[in-house]
Amino acid sequence: MRAENTDSGPIGVTTIFGFSFQTTGILGYSAETSRGFPSWSTIPSYRSLASGRNWHLFFAWVFVLNGLVYVVASILNRHVWRDLVPSLGQIRGIGRTISEHVRFRFDHGRDYNVLQKLSYLAIIFVVLPLVILAGLGMSPAMDAAFPWIVDFFSGRQTARTIHFIAGSLIVLFVVVHVLMVLISGVWNNLRSMITGRYSVKSGEKSDE
Amino acid sequence: MNKIRMNRRRFLNGLVPAAGALALAGCDRLSEAPWFRDVLSSSEELTMRVQRFFLSPDSLAREFDEADISPDFRANGTTNPRDAAYRALAANNFADWRLSVGGLVERPAKLSLADLRGMPARTQITRHDCVEGWSSIGKWTGVPLASVLEQVGLKPDARFIVFTCADNLGRSLDGSGRYYESIDLEDAFHPQTILAHEMNDQVLPIPHGAPLRLRVERQLGYKMAKYLMNIDAVDSLSGLGRGNGGYWPDRGYDWYAGI
Repeated sequence: MRAENTDSGPIGVTTIFGFSFQTTGILGYSAETSRGFPSWSTIPSYRSLASGRNWHLFFAWVFVLNGLVYVVASILNRHVWRDLVPSLGQIRGIGRTISEHVRFRFDHGRDYNVLQKLSYLAIIFVVLPLVILAGLGMSPAMDAAFPWIVDFFSGRQTARTIHFIAGSLIVLFVVVHVLMVLISGVWNNLRSMITGRYSVKSGEKSDE
Repeated sequence: MNKIRMNRRRFLNGLVPAAGALALAGCDRLSEAPWFRDVLSSSEELTMRVQRFFLSPDSLAREFDEADISPDFRANGTTNPRDAAYRALAANNFADWRLSVGGLVERPAKLSLADLRGMPARTQITRHDCVEGWSSIGKWTGVPLASVLEQVGLKPDARFIVFTCADNLGRSLDGSGRYYESIDLEDAFHPQTILAHEMNDQVLPIPHGAPLRLRVERQLGYKMAKYLMNIDAVDSLSGLGRGNGGYWPDRGYDWYAGI
């Protein structure tokens, strides 16, 4: 990701696996400055590695401590097995669930559907731990304390790439997740999050 | 009904970018607010305590093989100090250069390059991690800082070691842009904390901090001050620079750079 000067002014160029794309306005060059990501996607909006790091490392702690409480509680109160691990029947029916989702028809049972369960499990137990581990793999102090972390990623630069990819997957998950909340009955969903009451249309099957 | 719905949709469509812009502007204002900066940097101490909990004072940074040495080790920050005094020293191959070791020590010393080369040396091939994200592997030979500190003898109230450099990275006229850094005694006495005078079996080149640079292998690159002139033991960092213990820490970066 870089800025290049051309006859018609500077442009942003992104190179991935040897292929270069012009990404002026988004990556490499935006708002008439040479910068990696555009100002609407960064905190702070102006270029400041120091301030960006302070935000990042503070909220990394919020995320880690909060995540730790959530994961331990979810295992202890059996939320993981009760609500997140899909049943055999659900896994067998995955084809039907996918085809319904493609047509934007969502089942409104009490239970999460199989796609929800699998994506929640993947995010909670694969992507989020990976983002933490890859982040620690970039730390010179943690590499001295736990050399296996950076070995697991076979190098600091690979840990950095995986940290970025896992971070992007989390953003993608949040976008899709919020989108689904909005289009699958936003008021019903919000009410169920706050009060636990979720209305199921009569005639539709409910697990309980 | 349809009209209301359209209005609501338009309202919601407008609301999302407006809320986004407001949130971003809010983040910028928070980034500037001193109280919020204090909140954010409160995590620095937590990070240091937790990392130090997992690190024993002697746990070493990974050491690599000759084959792993980066062919093109990046030189960052100042790569050729312009200061007249430094230029004069460099012109004479640093024969007149002396490292002043002072502050809260029993026997202040001035060490020449020959003195330092005559002391027992440690050689280590380590990875240098820059705060910008890149890393390079290099071979460093130098005197353990612990040996120098034992030679001069720390007074009991010494808590930090401060390194003052020849380069004026901030290019200020009043000297406030002079590079300096500091570490606490746990890092100062770490076996891999050395004053390097050789890099990759050559005399330390100017872009990498000739004649002498610090290596603190369990922290980020900006801690490893180049062009060393003075080493001082102090009990507090508050009287130096803007009070945060280093050139970059004075400019918003963490003083403890373990991550």
